[in-house]
Amino acid sequence: MPAFPRAAAVSTRDGGLRANLRHATHTIRAKRAAAVAELDDWERLRAAGAAIKDRTLRHLDHYLVRLEENVTRAGGTVHWAADAAEANRIVTDLVRATGEREVVKVKSMVTQEIGLNAALAEAGIRAYETDLAELIVQLGDDLPSHILVPAIHRNRGEIRDIFRDRMAQWGRPAPEGLTDRPADLAEAARLHLREKFLRSKVAISGANFMVAETGTLVVVESEGNGRMCLTLPETLISVVGIEKTVPTWQDLEVFLQLLPRSSTAERMNPYTSMWTGTTAEDGPRAFHLVLLDNGRTDTLADRVGRQALRCIRCSACLNVCPVYERAGGHAYGSPYPGPIGAILTPQLRGLISPLEESLPYASSLCGACYDACPVAIDIPEVLVHLRERVVEGGEVTVRGTRTVIKPARKHAAERALMRTAGWVLDHPAALRHGQRLAARTRRFHPRRLPGPGRTWTDSRELPEMPAESFRDWWARTRGGPTATRPREQAS
Amino acid sequence: MSAGSGRADGDASRERVLGRIRRALADVPRYERPRDHPVVRDYLRTHAERTPAESVALLAENLADYRAVVHRTDPAGLPPLLGRLLASRGARRVVVPAGLPRGWLAGARVDLVPDAAALTPRELDSADSVVTGCALAIAETGTVVLDSGPDQGRRRISLVPDHHLCVVRIADQVVDSVPQALERLAPERPLTWISGPSATSDIELDRVEGVHGPRTLEVILVDGDPRSL
Repeated sequence: MPAFPRAAAVSTRDGGLRANLRHATHTIRAKRAAAVAELDDWERLRAAGAAIKDRTLRHLDHYLVRLEENVTRAGGTVHWAADAAEANRIVTDLVRATGEREVVKVKSMVTQEIGLNAALAEAGIRAYETDLAELIVQLGDDLPSHILVPAIHRNRGEIRDIFRDRMAQWGRPAPEGLTDRPADLAEAARLHLREKFLRSKVAISGANFMVAETGTLVVVESEGNGRMCLTLPETLISVVGIEKTVPTWQDLEVFLQLLPRSSTAERMNPYTSMWTGTTAEDGPRAFHLVLLDNGRTDTLADRVGRQALRCIRCSACLNVCPVYERAGGHAYGSPYPGPIGAILTPQLRGLISPLEESLPYASSLCGACYDACPVAIDIPEVLVHLRERVVEGGEVTVRGTRTVIKPARKHAAERALMRTAGWVLDHPAALRHGQRLAARTRRFHPRRLPGPGRTWTDSRELPEMPAESFRDWWARTRGGPTATRPREQAS
Repeated sequence: MSAGSGRADGDASRERVLGRIRRALADVPRYERPRDHPVVRDYLRTHAERTPAESVALLAENLADYRAVVHRTDPAGLPPLLGRLLASRGARRVVVPAGLPRGWLAGARVDLVPDAAALTPRELDSADSVVTGCALAIAETGTVVLDSGPDQGRRRISLVPDHHLCVVRIADQVVDSVPQALERLAPERPLTWISGPSATSDIELDRVEGVHGPRTLEVILVDGDPRSL
């Protein structure tokens, strides 16, 4: 993946994409504000949500062990996966053991994160996405660009074309003469997917919450595809990040108020499913829970950055972010786009390439994401913290081991500049001379900086240099020996 | 702790992940217990003081706002109402949970398809409607909650048919808020929370009803106790 600025430079020039994104994010932003305003205890719910998640994270080992006990007691089987490869191997083995060659999937960020579909394909197993937006993305051979609405970058005409051209390769073809009316497109998806729901023996899901105290998993959705996958097949495999744990049943009262209003701007989403292990003659006979680390414990080890693990994937921060609105989700190079992606991706993966190093800079630090976040993640604070890591290097945890990373290479010039600036500001005479020199040479200043400064002026205008410095102006007008001091004038 | 997958490498990963968590939390004092880290629950149990009548009115309003069709009747009116609603859709095959009071559909000229473990998804798909009771309904969100009780049946029956009729007893099944609902629900039962018909907003954020679940949800609020019918 290219670093964020290069990817964003391409997407910001795509007028259609920007129009789709602007329409979508502004629509949902306004609706969300209204839904939140209905609850006059919103700030207290938000504080409770943050506190519950913090308590969970501070004692995550304790709660995971309880969760494991309770899921097992209720008839489920718990597996632990330290990384993506291990999770994919566990899921592939579980599917193979059923003898099936295809699976239906509930929309799940975490299976995108680990690249499960590709891993299953390599093992000869076809995975069908059943969320309408994920279906659009899968048929279009595309990547999701939003946490809640993965096909937000596609308009109805594009979706019609994708359905017409691609559905037949994946199953039931699109109806003849398919129009671009949303109702017709949804109907085409219903017919296409219903065949798969009715025959599938294995389903794969994520979960929005896992209750340690009871072993209950929760999936929140709108379409009913989630319910189809969670109840019709014989085997259900849920892959869930360890941070999705909440301690008690009662804690759901907080998150089931925060999540729907923050994400889809509804009082409650159409369907919420909760299941505890297996139930005789109702739903899957076998239930497997794969608990995934994949960088989460490394994130947990960072005292400033760990708050990113509170995230409940509502996407409210995306919809208010001026950078996301213009750059689109693909520029973030990860299933987690927008402000939360800018702090989550570099932490989950580590600062391993120019993409991850660039993400903490994919923000104007305007703070709108922090205001919108239902669990009060201080995203700007973490962004600044990660920028410091990128520029200065320092102690981080990589796959469970403390290590010291070096500053990112391209930031050497910036560090040198900052050191120089620090020296100059400590030496007033030097500053004075420098400013005077800068003012007098203003006709020769380039519009774009050469050398390492170029990346800065790629996206910014150089500030206009005034004809004389403030010090010179002061000396000329008020500060000179003949001028009257303002204070004396007043007395 | 032998709850892992039973494979040696599975147990190794369990220990690896738990070990990493414990090292990552070196800043948390060893003597701190989970409960020592406070969660202030000063949020509201309900968002207004309401009379029972007001709660029911709010439930009806919020259900309708998310495009569920809401009816009100008394026990004597329930069977004729159900008969009319099914007839008006031309429903012939109607799925019913084992514990649904027999009298409810006495007036309906339909073939009853009893919920049974052997009922396949394809058989369910050929049914026109399903009639269920519920565990409770939440006024502030416009939600009905099913907990697989005898008058609700398996989770799948309220999902696959395209038309769902759900009966709510006003007297003892309406709560105001999400916190009140969770208090009354049993986590060990499979739970399905339903707020309006199946819907998607995935295409340009235009809301469309009925993607995979029932396209029509009709909720019948009953004054009085219809259980003895």
